[in-house]
Amino acid sequence: MTPVVRPDAGGDLRQSREVGRTHRIPLPALAALSLVLVTLALALVFFVAPNDADQGFSQRIFYFHVSIALTAYACFVAAAWKAFRHLTRRDPDADLESYVAIHQGVILGALVLLTGSIWAKISWGHWWLWSEDQLVLFLVLFLFYCAYFMLRYSLEPGPQRANLSAVYALFGVVLIPVSFLAIRLTKGLIHPVVFTRHGPNFHGWILVTYCVSQVAILVFAYTLYRVELAGKRLDSRVRELKEVLA
Amino acid sequence: MSYVRDVGALARKDLLLELRARDTLPAMLLFVVATFVVFHFALPGSPSRLAASGLLWVSILFTALLGLGRAFVPEREQRVLDGLVLAPCDRSAIWLGKSVATLAFLVAAEAVALPVFALFFHPLNGATVLGVALADLGICAVGTFLGAMAVATRARELLLPLLFLPLAIPIVVGGVGASAAGSPGRYLGFLALYDLLFALVCWASFEYVVTE
Repeated sequence: MTPVVRPDAGGDLRQSREVGRTHRIPLPALAALSLVLVTLALALVFFVAPNDADQGFSQRIFYFHVSIALTAYACFVAAAWKAFRHLTRRDPDADLESYVAIHQGVILGALVLLTGSIWAKISWGHWWLWSEDQLVLFLVLFLFYCAYFMLRYSLEPGPQRANLSAVYALFGVVLIPVSFLAIRLTKGLIHPVVFTRHGPNFHGWILVTYCVSQVAILVFAYTLYRVELAGKRLDSRVRELKEVLA
Repeated sequence: MSYVRDVGALARKDLLLELRARDTLPAMLLFVVATFVVFHFALPGSPSRLAASGLLWVSILFTALLGLGRAFVPEREQRVLDGLVLAPCDRSAIWLGKSVATLAFLVAAEAVALPVFALFFHPLNGATVLGVALADLGICAVGTFLGAMAVATRARELLLPLLFLPLAIPIVVGGVGASAAGSPGRYLGFLALYDLLFALVCWASFEYVVTE
């Protein structure tokens, strides 16, 4: 069967090229910025920040662990915001953006679990500790957001999938504080001692290093988000092109 | 007022259906008692109070899942949901009516399960019963909502536990705390907060689950 190009195919394509909002910062500049920032953060973490008095060298993983955790939260909140935009304003890009934000959040969440486990192993000799509430919270969120992918890929692409995904993403931001509260409550039941990780010695180079790592991870995550978004849009454009030519 | 009437009519429909077909409730009853027996052999000897209250909460959760998995099956088989969406009532009434009906099934199942639990394991205190009552509200509100989502997917019943269990972890924390801690007040408060928050979210967003 020979492919027949419909006369309006060109019009369709030109229209589809405009799908997806234009971003203010171009992607190459963003990638370069995140490279510089991540390199700077690595240099500061390994060569400038002083060793922790109690925990020594292993404490340095916190510069990444905490930054990644906060960035993952930012991803989940951004996803919920996009989901809200989808439901209220019917923003045509919001569904894909919400999905990509959750995808990045889940990847970062896996990294949080990994870095937290490494630290727990070195510091306490166990790969997993239920008393480490940030880790437990991330496990709950990780399970929750993994189910998001099950839900999304169990539906046909279309308005219903966008709606259900958006509603589920909104549930996520309600679950984050509720789970946090719940995990704090279990500590009162089984483990009354609360570890204060950030003692009063949080100043000078430690603070600078932490802030740079935080910004570096945020920018890096945003770069990844933009890369994935661009890829997904390209993918859907190719699919449209194939449909037009079929 | 007409909202309450709509919810009542929808819940009555489900209860009537159950009364005639007797699909769900006997299955839930049998399941919860069988789970207790399984747990007795899984935790040999006499389990501690903490372990026993844990297994009570696991049994309640899975029994509820059994009922919730069935909740939207008649709607799907008879294509009732399309009709309900077209009906001149608020869409959230569909969710609330279904939640009330599942709550009735769950409470009926627990009316048997809790005395059986007290007979087999440990006697129950008032805080546990209150905790179960508060948890039931949250389980039915969130579970029904997710049931409506799951029934729209290809995976159907397979998806419901995956969606529901992470959201039910705070319920288990509150419930176990209410039955095991010395001062259950704040756990009960937490359960009430959970119910309120998620009921609000479900009520506000159910429209988007059933419409496009």
